[in-house]
Amino acid sequence: MTMLMLLWVGKRFGVSSNLRTICAIGGAGALSDFFKFDWRSQTWNLLFVAGSIIGGYVASAHLSSSNSIIIAADTTRALEGLGFENMNEAYLPDEIFGLKSGLSGKGVFILLIGGLLVGFGARYAGGCTSGHAISGLSQLQVPSLIAVVGFFIGGLIMVYGIMPIIF
Amino acid sequence: MKGIIYIILGIIFGISLSKAEVISWYRIYEMFRFDSFHMYGVIGSAVTLGIIGTYLMKKLKLKDINGEPIQFVDKDFSIVRYLVGGIFFGLGWALVGACPGPMFILIGHGYWSIFIVIAGALLGTLLYGILRPRLKH
Repeated sequence: MTMLMLLWVGKRFGVSSNLRTICAIGGAGALSDFFKFDWRSQTWNLLFVAGSIIGGYVASAHLSSSNSIIIAADTTRALEGLGFENMNEAYLPDEIFGLKSGLSGKGVFILLIGGLLVGFGARYAGGCTSGHAISGLSQLQVPSLIAVVGFFIGGLIMVYGIMPIIF
Repeated sequence: MKGIIYIILGIIFGISLSKAEVISWYRIYEMFRFDSFHMYGVIGSAVTLGIIGTYLMKKLKLKDINGEPIQFVDKDFSIVRYLVGGIFFGLGWALVGACPGPMFILIGHGYWSIFIVIAGALLGTLLYGILRPRLKH
């Protein structure tokens, strides 16, 4: 829906390009030509992201006590096996995000590396879930299908191969 | 085009993803374990609607709000950058349970440590910019 509305106002749906824009605003043009572009042409996208933050706030203010998400029993069991608890209480695990118990060094490290992988991967693939999985697949673009296959290969390696080791 | 329209679309986006629980780390983990249809239902319905909408826009040669024909540009075919980039992305997506959209939406929910993820994502973007001449596209 969002993608179609953005097309109607003349724009292409893709959130990860904002990361590049933010770097450009911060002066990354000095580091690489990749960040030398007129970032002002992307102001609309920054406004979109600002709106999404507000949207998140509105949703959190109205969801109130029914914040519990019911995830699959198999998933819950698997997570318990890794040492996670209280899966239904919040959107994010305290074990990594340290929202209740405070951040651990390991938590910070995981958050940074995870973010780094997402940021790097999104730019190399030229898009993220919004750009490829939603927009690209809607246009039946083969490159986007390849990207989504990549997303899944990466996700599966992480979930089945790496997470059991680090948690 | 007044800026306010993008903010409004963003708000709709933020509320939708929040309600759909797409911003939950647990949902992403569940998705990669194929333990539930939930995430596939959310993304699947978005893509289905997208395919229909895109098809109609092309077929009816619809114009956007500025009177310009809505155009779709085919991406250049290549495998390495999409596959390898995608794999890196997927690794991170599963680890922190958030892709760029949710990263920002979660700020609105008050999950402050997501800023660390965003910082990492910006670093990753910078890293890409620097390594770009050396990467296969």
